[in-house]
Amino acid sequence: MAAGVVGNRRHVFLRIRKMSASATLPLLILGSSLLPGLVIFFLPESKVRIRTALNLSGALLKLVFVGVMAWGVFNGTTYETRLPLIPDLEFVLHADALSLLFVTLSSVLWLVTTVYAIGYLEESPHRSRFFGFFSLCVTATVGVAMAGNLLTFLLFYELLTLVTYPLIVHRGTEVARLAGLTYLRYTIAGGALLMIGTVWLYTLCGTLEFTYGGFVREFASASTNRETLVVIFVLLTAGLGVKAALVPLHGWLPQAMVAPAPVSALLHAVAVVKAGAFGIVRVIYDVFGIEFAANLGVTLPLAILAAVTIVYASVRALFQDDLKRRLAFSTVSQISYITLGVATVGPIAAIGGIVHLVHQGLMKITLFFCAGNLAETLGIHKISEMDGVAHRMPWTMVAFTLGALGMVGVPPLAGFVSKWYLGIGAMAAGQEWIVAILVGSSVLNAAYFLPIIYTAWFKESKGTWPAEQPRGRAETRWTLLLPPLVTALLALGVGLLASAPFSPLDWAQLIAGREYGR
Amino acid sequence: MTTELLYALVGVGLFSLGLYALFVRANLLRKILAVNVMSSGVFLVLVALARRTGAVAPDPVPHAMVITGIVVAVSATAFALMLMLRIVQETGRAELPDTWSE
Amino acid sequence: MEVVITTFPWEVVLILAPLFGALSCFLWPKSARYLALSTVFVSVLSVVALAIRLITTGSYRHAIGGWRAPLGIELLADGLSLLMLGVTAVVGLAITVYSTGYFPNRQLLRFWPLWLLLLAALNALFLSGDLFNLYVALELTGLAAVALTALSGGRAALISAMRYLFATLLGSMSYLLGVVLIYHSFGSLDIMILAQRVVQSPVVWSAMGLMSAGLALKTALFPLHFWLPPAHASAPAPVSAALSALVVKASFYVLLRLWLEVFPPGQTAMLGELFGALGVAAIFWGGLQALRAGQLKLLIAYSTVMQVGYFFLAFPLAMAAAWCGVLYLLLSHALAKAAMFLAAGNIIYFSGHDRIVDFDRIANQLPMTLAAFALAGVSIMGLPPSGGFVAKWLMVEASLKSGQWWWAFALIIGSLAAAAYVFKVVGHAFTQTTVRGQTNAVPALMEWTALALALTSILLGLVASWPLAWLEIGGMFSCESAR
Repeated sequence: MAAGVVGNRRHVFLRIRKMSASATLPLLILGSSLLPGLVIFFLPESKVRIRTALNLSGALLKLVFVGVMAWGVFNGTTYETRLPLIPDLEFVLHADALSLLFVTLSSVLWLVTTVYAIGYLEESPHRSRFFGFFSLCVTATVGVAMAGNLLTFLLFYELLTLVTYPLIVHRGTEVARLAGLTYLRYTIAGGALLMIGTVWLYTLCGTLEFTYGGFVREFASASTNRETLVVIFVLLTAGLGVKAALVPLHGWLPQAMVAPAPVSALLHAVAVVKAGAFGIVRVIYDVFGIEFAANLGVTLPLAILAAVTIVYASVRALFQDDLKRRLAFSTVSQISYITLGVATVGPIAAIGGIVHLVHQGLMKITLFFCAGNLAETLGIHKISEMDGVAHRMPWTMVAFTLGALGMVGVPPLAGFVSKWYLGIGAMAAGQEWIVAILVGSSVLNAAYFLPIIYTAWFKESKGTWPAEQPRGRAETRWTLLLPPLVTALLALGVGLLASAPFSPLDWAQLIAGREYGR
Repeated sequence: MTTELLYALVGVGLFSLGLYALFVRANLLRKILAVNVMSSGVFLVLVALARRTGAVAPDPVPHAMVITGIVVAVSATAFALMLMLRIVQETGRAELPDTWSE
Repeated sequence: MEVVITTFPWEVVLILAPLFGALSCFLWPKSARYLALSTVFVSVLSVVALAIRLITTGSYRHAIGGWRAPLGIELLADGLSLLMLGVTAVVGLAITVYSTGYFPNRQLLRFWPLWLLLLAALNALFLSGDLFNLYVALELTGLAAVALTALSGGRAALISAMRYLFATLLGSMSYLLGVVLIYHSFGSLDIMILAQRVVQSPVVWSAMGLMSAGLALKTALFPLHFWLPPAHASAPAPVSAALSALVVKASFYVLLRLWLEVFPPGQTAMLGELFGALGVAAIFWGGLQALRAGQLKLLIAYSTVMQVGYFFLAFPLAMAAAWCGVLYLLLSHALAKAAMFLAAGNIIYFSGHDRIVDFDRIANQLPMTLAAFALAGVSIMGLPPSGGFVAKWLMVEASLKSGQWWWAFALIIGSLAAAAYVFKVVGHAFTQTTVRGQTNAVPALMEWTALALALTSILLGLVASWPLAWLEIGGMFSCESAR
């Protein structure tokens, strides 16, 4: 500690505090993917074993740490890391129920996707660079989940943009470069809006800490008028809405499908879009507070925007022949369920929206894994090429079918649970029109998913596939086969066992209860 | 009008003349001369203002400043002349090309 | 040991060591690189020692040779000078190490003495306590910088160096005339004394105008920036790094000191607005030209023009958060811009050209260099986590707090433009070009130096509280409570 006397005040100019165990655990969770990622960057391409070992051990370690933290939180320990960042504003990592939900989801899915990516990119060039950024991406996602104030959130949110860009342009083709440019145009502009909103809010409220029930009502000075707060809300939501793919800010997502399948799977089905939706949940619950937000009159327009997104994206999905693009539009549509859930003022709808964070992640990642399998093993990119593929790759299509049916909302799969709560919640909140939207979108979901299933299972195959890999014992490499089966089973499980304790549904009820029960 | 003020105004006038020539004249040698005239103008102002009214002897500080300034100006001029000669060697003309925007 | 550190006049070492180093490099050119390296190491250590001394005992003045002002020279060391000295030392170290690789053994031996002379002049400038010493240091810096620009001897370099020379001489002359007027009105050259004596008057107004114009010309504020892009683009890469990172900061530092201490607060408002307007113009113009640039070094040079515009936005805001922000911007921009130029130097060394669209998979062939460029770009764009982000945050906060939200708007537009041109380069670095040329292997030292500098600018974003706390030494302003 270096101190000095300047004027009459004794300043401490350099202070390094010792941190307690409960403060280090969030940092450990970050570090379990950050450090392997940094090391992997410097590994030569040939060191496959070391790289695989680093990847998997990092993923497993992260799961362990998250498990420890979950147990601790369940027993009442508070985990919080505070570090000075800007004068008077700190870097805060905090573990509350919502962060735990997202962190657990990300950690589990990261492990599964790492296995998948190792299999998918076998023999591909530049794997060190890929896995390095892959790990950094998970670090950023976990940081977003655990952020304790809006500044820390912004930090990791922008970091996420930066580390996902190299993954999109990974292939180095001109198409990839242009897709990356589009991605950046949207996300950097969104980030700028988010930043302005954050700084503005800080100048008005003097704090940015996430608090149950929101801090705006308490800290906004009396002279702040409602219009200013509405503008700030719009700025924040627009900035977050880019990643959360709210219409009309969704344009980057279908184009980003040019990235390798593991990237599409984790990032665009789980990490990046979820970070946006998660941010919207945080802003409504822990920045403004649901009551205050409803008071300001911003929740209804947001709900309408989410509904428009749901319908529009579903319609667009109908007309896509490219499998990944259809899935991309499906993602755009499904993420807005989360937004719709939290924008509907009422605890039951909130439960529906929050639990869909987990459910949609599991189902969508399954679908993307399967799409990747089809592309990698058989060279299939379009639905029209999928005739009878289920006979060639039965297990993959089983997983796909489970995921697709879940998306449609067939009970007792996960998607049904979310939609049920959303529907009941909408009626309880007096917004019956939402039920119509839900029914309509389920019909549309069926319209664009069922034909795929039908084509795969019941049509006669054309004989040859566009680019078939030589067939081994199983239908494809086990590293490509296992992950979708695991996630499909998980999607089935969270649906079937939704009423069990510690299920995502139970968790979501806890979160909604905290927000509404005050 | 006191003598000091006259000298000071002449100095400012020299500064302005030099400034005009620096912009208008294309030939490098003339530009360098213009810079020299400008610095002479500044030094003249300094010397003139060194004579403080009512004081017995002139203020030594501006004189020290002028001496230092002359040294700096001489080095800068020498350097500028060398640079000009190199440019003549390379391009054959003692002028800066007309590309202002690039 | 503690006593030695806290009583030794480290600032004298900081000026004399590079001077003697320059002399010895001139006299013994064959061992110039080692002499330069040792000198720079000594400088770095002296800065650390000076930091310890300032933190423990506060700011102080040192009369050289025991002769006090006004005829003697007094050096002033406070928090602001410490931070500028620190960044000069770090960037200086990186450039020196880089140059040992960039300039092969027998070539361009004149680089070393000139470079060390530039370092000495910069250190002297940051330690000066009176207006005339600042003039001498400014002139020295300018001359050394021009000589370094002309170093490669090519036609473009010579012409841009001549233009730069005229600009810098004009700037110094204008500044000197302003100093003369101030001295005549208030009878002192010392900054601390003037801070108490200066009152509003027409003479002060003219002096302010002259000095500001001269310094703005040296800092390349739009529209007086015309000399900068050709000079920075045609100089060798380490020289461009020094010019963009350090030399333009020197004149801005002088302007900042004058503004905060000498210029009377009542009279500065209009000038502040003018600076702000010109800053916005610089942001737009620099950003536009950077986007249009087809060559990497020219792009980076125009990026400097744009960032200089950011600096001048602090003047109309004139509150503690804005000063802290602009200072942090000075620090992080110095590190990031130097890293960018060094990375560009690597690319030129590798492929012999810097045409952006013809970057043939630089991402694969020079990954560390591209990483250095991208990380530096993150700071230039003002994205977290980086020093540039902290600076941008502080300045946007100042802008919104004071109700002058249009400066924040300009800052954000500037960041978007910066993102556009940084990613333009990064994007082309991933793709393949049709024309393949000869390539040379880049020495690892050069790649590592660029990367290390870039990492420092990122690191600056994580440790912001400490440098900003050190600003309080000398009582200029506080970054904590007044916000």
